Amino acid sequence: MIILGIETSCDETSAAVLQDGRLLSNITVVQYVHTKYGGVVPELASRAHQKLIVPIVQEALTKAHIERNEIDAVAAVHGPGLAGALLVGLSFGKALAMALNVPFIGVNHMEAHILSNFIGDRKPKFPYVNLTVSGGHTQLVLVKDFFSFQLLGETVDDAAGEAFDKVAKMLGIGYPGGPLIGKHASGGNPHAVEFPRPYLEKGSMNFSFSGLKTSVLYYLRKSGFDKAKADGKWIADVCASFQAAVVDVLAEKLISAAKTCGVGDIAVVGGVSANAALRRRLESEAQRYRLNLFLPEFEFCTDNGAMVAMAGYEKMKQGIRSSLELTAEPNLQLAS
Amino acid sequence: MIVEEATQSVQETIAVAQTFARLLRRGDIVALYGDLGSGKTQFVKGACKALHAAASVVSPTFVILHRYEGRDSAGKELLIYHVDLYRIQSPNEIYDLGYEEFFGGEGITFVEWADKLGALLPKRRYEVHCAYGEKENDRTIRIELIEE
Repeated sequence: MIILGIETSCDETSAAVLQDGRLLSNITVVQYVHTKYGGVVPELASRAHQKLIVPIVQEALTKAHIERNEIDAVAAVHGPGLAGALLVGLSFGKALAMALNVPFIGVNHMEAHILSNFIGDRKPKFPYVNLTVSGGHTQLVLVKDFFSFQLLGETVDDAAGEAFDKVAKMLGIGYPGGPLIGKHASGGNPHAVEFPRPYLEKGSMNFSFSGLKTSVLYYLRKSGFDKAKADGKWIADVCASFQAAVVDVLAEKLISAAKTCGVGDIAVVGGVSANAALRRRLESEAQRYRLNLFLPEFEFCTDNGAMVAMAGYEKMKQGIRSSLELTAEPNLQLAS
Repeated sequence: MIVEEATQSVQETIAVAQTFARLLRRGDIVALYGDLGSGKTQFVKGACKALHAAASVVSPTFVILHRYEGRDSAGKELLIYHVDLYRIQSPNEIYDLGYEEFFGGEGITFVEWADKLGALLPKRRYEVHCAYGEKENDRTIRIELIEE
């Protein structure tokens, strides 16, 4: 069974081809047009997707050595994400499925991220606890089966990746904030500034990063920070200290959720799961608590078509199909 | 109408917003101004609490627009739009978001980073200006009804 997966929910245009659960190709273009604006610009994102969608799908097919008429189903993300951006991939996917007369499968972006740990040979065993961390989301989920989830906790204000982006903007180091803060942090001292660790009330599996963002802001104001004159080592220390606060909270909440749920496997997905400090910390915590840790390869941390194709494949196996009338849902939630 | 409040915690900001939200009627637009971290999202959170929004109010920076279902003082269903223009570059992009739905509809609309609305700024609106105070958790919130 050959599945084409399409992802256009934010600023990555991506397509992938999967044959019987094995990935044949995954082509992703990140729209660096946003770099100079310090964030994703919806109209630019949507226009870039329109330009890229056809060549990227073609490239994914060519690289997989698959002809269009060999596709058995088309899967595309229909939410959550930016409305205009979602529409491009969704409309293209539906039109292609209709033209080829094959099933169309609408995929929830959050489900797809969780399934990014099923690309490759080493896969987590159900039930397990998954942490999704990206620019738009911070969620702890008990994954009971491919499409059976229990939301354990989520952010009550800003997503972890959003905090990275906004702190990067305050420091004037550019966009995307996650990778750039990670890069600066690698040369800094994580104990230089004691930023608060927002754990919320005892036992809470929710997250809050808005207060941490404000603490960084106050630290910058108090220190008389000036983008033009800032010293590289000083910025590295602030980045490392901020990153350490986020990593502490993410790691501790994930481990404590795994203990509460009594599971042996834990997983982290989403753009922030590419963060080196987070990966290192989780690897040592997993070893300490004898948990099996699953992290996607870097290529599958950020938005990608492979995870969408994987979700489409599992849905096909379960006989799940979508109507061609499926619409984009920018605020789509993870189904329980 | 001009109200100015000094708050010393997130809880106090939320309480000010809750009191303010009782003034809101269908079709009202609340334009929020203020820097990163000055309390705009917390203010909307408080106002939505008073409007009985069922879902939890989180930052819409990523998807630009959140929609919640609340209830008015008579207990009737009320749509609440929470718009965040942080990522918007030009007012033209707001057309793409379907702004007719949240400006001039039957719901109540909150717009963060309202300075980006440009000519789309409604003539009648509440303006909420959030600013930092002296201490880390201090904020000042100025609320003004504008009728141009």
